Amino acid sequence: MRYITPRKSAVGLGASHEGTQHHWYMTMSAVALAILTPLFMITIACAIGLPRELLLAYFGRPLPALITGLFVIVGMLHFIKGTRIMIDDYFQGATRKGAVIFSVIFGWAVIATAVYALARMGLGAIVVL
Amino acid sequence: MVQLTLPKNSRMRVGKTWPKPEGKNVRRFNIYRWDPDTGENPRIDTYFIDLDKCGPMVLDALIKIKNEIDPTLTFRRSCREGICGSCAMNIDGGNRLACIFGIDEVTGKDVNIYPLPHMPVVKDLIPDLTHFYAQHASVNPYLITESPTPGKEWRQSIEDRKKLDGLYECVMCASCSTSCPSYWWNGDRYLGPAALLHAYRWIIDSRDEATAERLDALEDPFKLYRCHTIMNCTNTCPKGLNPAKAIASIKHMMVERVV
Repeated sequence: MRYITPRKSAVGLGASHEGTQHHWYMTMSAVALAILTPLFMITIACAIGLPRELLLAYFGRPLPALITGLFVIVGMLHFIKGTRIMIDDYFQGATRKGAVIFSVIFGWAVIATAVYALARMGLGAIVVL
Repeated sequence: MVQLTLPKNSRMRVGKTWPKPEGKNVRRFNIYRWDPDTGENPRIDTYFIDLDKCGPMVLDALIKIKNEIDPTLTFRRSCREGICGSCAMNIDGGNRLACIFGIDEVTGKDVNIYPLPHMPVVKDLIPDLTHFYAQHASVNPYLITESPTPGKEWRQSIEDRKKLDGLYECVMCASCSTSCPSYWWNGDRYLGPAALLHAYRWIIDSRDEATAERLDALEDPFKLYRCHTIMNCTNTCPKGLNPAKAIASIKHMMVERVV
């Protein structure tokens, strides 16, 4: 039994004055992805079936590399913020915090991996270890 | 928080089936029953109503059951014309006002009646709306001004008055909020469609001078931005209002402040 009034329970800790930037970013990134997704699919379609050397050369060219990089970066930032919404919906307490941390780490790991791969292909510094 | 299974003390069981009367136009009513005093799980009782001897609305059938069959059946009702919002309940899978929802509008074979979803139940078809009302009160649903009060009245143009149409008609029946999955999962922090519709009603009121404070109080990932435009609220509103549009308008005003 907690002796708190319904009004106190409804108000809680008050408004955090956050959320609008998140909402606006999701709107912007959704518009960006609506443009980038078809471009990325065309880019990948053009690369299908190429031998390894030609594939590396293809992604070494500015346009395919930029489209791929932008798609991965914008897409994963959209993913990080989008999963935050789902996590807030479905988890509470420490699970919520842990899931948010995991999604942020995962998203940035994918971005870092993609940027590293594109940089290596772009710079032509393929080193077989 | 999401609950994928019912708690053990909420699991339904088969209840009593009342005698079926003679008649050609008899319809079966399956009604949720729960009495906190018994300590038993909720049950579904079955009643049969001769529609030739009953009014056309679901509320008429409920009153007939209470008066003639089972006086222990408990539900709220008052105006019987869709103004007070007391008799909101889940009928045929949707949240409706029993007084203005016709028995002939029920698409299923039987008429299934439950309390409003995902709310604590006081008894039978009566949900506990304490938190819902407190959330409504928390948006300060009244005119706030700082300017000296005019001698006669706060004037409002016809155009500005028209902006309140589709907002002021809300009867606070809670059908919209209790149909919203976001409100089910995070009702403790998310204000819900009804409270947000009322908040917008005062934000958009040309006479109100607390617009900035009202927007400040709503800017929160949970209080406002739990709305994912699922549209259940608009779909279910017995008064034909559009809470989802009101929430979208609040979000639009929030963006206007930062972009």
